[in-house]
Amino acid sequence: METLVADIWRSTPLVLLTLVGLIALLVEGSGKGRAAAVYWISLVGTIASFVLSFLSLNTEEAAFNDMILQGGYAAFFGMIFTASAFGTLILSRSYLRRLHTERGEFYVLIVFAAIGMMLMASAIDLIILFLGIEVMSICLYVLVGFLRTKLTANESALKYFLLGAFTTGFLLYGIALIYGTVGSTSFRAISAAFPAVSNQPLFLLGAAMLVIAFSFKVAAVPFHMWAPDVYEGAPTPITAFMSTGTKAAAFAAFVGVFLGAFQIAGSKLSEVIALAAAASMIIGNVVAISQSNLKRMLAYSSIAHAGYMLSGISAANREGETGILFYLATYTLMNLGAFGVLSWVEQKDDTKLTFDDYAGFSAQQPFLAALLSIFLFSLAGIPPFAGFFGKYYVFLAAVKADLTWLAIIGVLTSVVSVYYYLRLVMMMYFQPGGATVEEPPAQMAFIAVTCAAILVVLFGIYPSLIVDLTKEFLNI
Amino acid sequence: MNVETIFFYLLGAVFVGSALMMVTRRNPVIAALYLILNFFCLAGIYLTLHAQFIAVIQILVYAGAIMVLFVFVIMLLNLSDERRLSEAISFKKIVAGGLSVALLLELLYIFVYRKTDLPTLNAERSIEIGTVESIGRHLFTKFLFPFEVTSILLLAAIVGAVVLAKRRLD
Amino acid sequence: MELQTYLLLSAVTFIIGVVGVLARRNAIIVFMSIELMLNSVNLTLVAFSAYLGDVTGQMLVFFVMTVAAAEAAIGLAIIIALFRNKQTVNLDDINILKW
Repeated sequence: METLVADIWRSTPLVLLTLVGLIALLVEGSGKGRAAAVYWISLVGTIASFVLSFLSLNTEEAAFNDMILQGGYAAFFGMIFTASAFGTLILSRSYLRRLHTERGEFYVLIVFAAIGMMLMASAIDLIILFLGIEVMSICLYVLVGFLRTKLTANESALKYFLLGAFTTGFLLYGIALIYGTVGSTSFRAISAAFPAVSNQPLFLLGAAMLVIAFSFKVAAVPFHMWAPDVYEGAPTPITAFMSTGTKAAAFAAFVGVFLGAFQIAGSKLSEVIALAAAASMIIGNVVAISQSNLKRMLAYSSIAHAGYMLSGISAANREGETGILFYLATYTLMNLGAFGVLSWVEQKDDTKLTFDDYAGFSAQQPFLAALLSIFLFSLAGIPPFAGFFGKYYVFLAAVKADLTWLAIIGVLTSVVSVYYYLRLVMMMYFQPGGATVEEPPAQMAFIAVTCAAILVVLFGIYPSLIVDLTKEFLNI
Repeated sequence: MNVETIFFYLLGAVFVGSALMMVTRRNPVIAALYLILNFFCLAGIYLTLHAQFIAVIQILVYAGAIMVLFVFVIMLLNLSDERRLSEAISFKKIVAGGLSVALLLELLYIFVYRKTDLPTLNAERSIEIGTVESIGRHLFTKFLFPFEVTSILLLAAIVGAVVLAKRRLD
Repeated sequence: MELQTYLLLSAVTFIIGVVGVLARRNAIIVFMSIELMLNSVNLTLVAFSAYLGDVTGQMLVFFVMTVAAAEAAIGLAIIIALFRNKQTVNLDDINILKW
C-alpha cells in the first residue's frame, strides 16, 4: 500500500492528467452545453501536467513494479506531449466553433490521447508500451473521424484505423517473439539478455516487426502511405496534433526500445533503420515538391522529418539521442505553429489550402505572414532558427557513427526541401493577391502561436537551453 | 497416439481450415461464422496448453461479445448483399501475397530448423499458471498498473464509439 | 505436443490474416482478418507462456483481448459512420483508400 502511494506520487504528471480527463468527462456528461467548461478544465490540466513534468526532470525512478520509468526521459517527453495537447486544444476550440460542431468529447479525447503518449514515453515494459500505443491510437481514430457527416473524414478515419490495427498485429507478433526468446517483457531483462539473443533469428524477426510497427507510427517510408490522406482528411488541429504529439510519442517509444532496451549500434537493425531513414528523407522531400495542397505538402514534409530523426536512432549514440530529443521539442513548436496559421486561413469547407490561396498574404496580414515564414524557415532548417540545430545534431551523430553517407543524403535532401517551403514564403510576399483570414484568430490561439514563434527563434539562438535538459536520460 | 494428440490435431486442422474459409468467403455473415468457429477451436487449443482461464475468456469475450458485435453490424447495415462486393486480382495483391509467403517461409524455417533457441516445456508450472487463481493474483499485484490502464482504454473507446455512431447527438 | 507445432499453427493463421487484409476489399472482412491476426499472436503468447512457465504471456493475452474489444467498438463505429454517408463498405469505392 505504501509503495503504491509512493508510486502515485512519483507519477504525478500522468496521474494528474488522468484525473483531469476523468473530471472533464464527468462535467461533459452532467448536462448540455458544457463544452466550454470541458475545454477550460482540459487546458488547465495540460498546463499543470506540463509544470509537474518540468519539476520532475531531474529524477528518474521506476514505478508500479518496474512498469514505467518516471521523470527524466518521460518528463521531457511529457512536456512535449502536454505542450502539443495544449496547442491542439486552443486551435480546436476556434476551429470547432467555426464549424458549429463544438463538443466536449473532442477535448476529452485529446487529453486521453496525451495520456497514452505519456505511457509510451515512460514505458519500461513492452506491455505498457503496447497499451500506451493503443490508448493513443484509439483516441486518434475517433478524432480523425470526428466530423462524422464529412465523407473525407470518414474515409480517412477508416484508412487510419484499418492500417493502424493491421500494424498492431505486427507490433504484437514482434512483442511475442521477443518475449519468447528473452522470457520477459521488461526492458531491463531484454537489455540484459540482448548480447546473448541478438543473433537469434527469432529475436531479430521480432525486432524487425517492431521496426515495421514503429515505422508506421512515425510515418517513415515504406510505411508512410497513410499519412498524406489521413492528414488531409482530419480536422486541421488534429493534423497538427498527429504530426507533433503522435510523432513525438512514436519516436519516444522507438528510442526507448531500440536505444534503451536494445543496444543496436553497428548491428543489422541499425542498418535497416538507416535505410528507412534515407528512403524517408528522399521520398518525403521529393514528393512534397509536387503537392499543391498545403496539408499534403506538410504531411510529406513530416515524412521527411521522420527520416532525419531516424538517422539519429540509426546512429545509436548519445549524440543521436540528444539530437532526436532536441529535434522533437522544436519540431513540435514549429509544426504546431504552421498548422495553426493554416487553420486560420482555411475556410469552413476545407478550401484555401493551396499555394495560390496565399498570394499577397503579407500585404493583408503582415504579422501572420511573418509568423508563418518563421515556422517555414525553421522547418527548412535555415539558421538561426531552431530547425537548423535539430538537423545539425542528428547529422553530426550519424557522422560520428560512421554513417556519413546518411548525413550527406540528409543535407542534400534538406536543400531540396528549401524549395517547397520557400515557395510558400515567396507566394505570400512577392505574388500579388488578396489572401487574408476571414475572421481574426481567437486571442488565445494567436498568443500561443506567437509564443511558439518566439521559442523557435530563442531555441535557434540558444540551443543549449534544451540540450542541457537532456543529459543522462534513459538509464534503464 | 493418445486421445489428447488426436484432439489437438483435429482442433488444429479446423483452426487453420476455418481461417482459410473466413478470408475467402464473399458473404460477410458466413465469414463471421467461420471466424467464430476459428475462435472456438483456439479456445480448445488453449486447453491443451493448460490455459483454462484464457480459454474461457476466449469464448466469452471473442466469440461471445466481439463477434456478436460484428454480426450485429453486418445485419444492421444489411451487408449480406454480395453484388455490392467486387474482388478483383491486381498486381499489388500478387506482390502482397508473395511477401506474405516469404514471411511465412522465414517463420517456418526458424521454428523448424532453429528449435534449439526455443524454450522447453515446463509442465508443472504451465498447469499452475493457467488457473483463475494464478491469473487473478498476478493481475492485481504485479500487473495492476496495466490493468488500470485498460480502464482508460475502454473508457476512451466507449466515448469514441458513442460520438461516432450514435444516430443523433444531443 | 512440441512448442513448434503451436508456433507453426499460429504463424500460418497469422499469415492467412495478413493475406486477408491485403487482398480483400470488404472493410468488414479486412477487419475480421485483423482479428484473426491478433488471435494468432495470442496463441504464440500462450504457448510461450506455458513453455517458459511464466505468467506474463497470459497476462498480455488478457490485455490484447481488451484492446481487441475496444478496437472492435471503434472500428465498427467508423464503418457505420462511413456507411451512413456513402452506403458502401467496399474499399474500392472509397476514393482515398487506395494503398
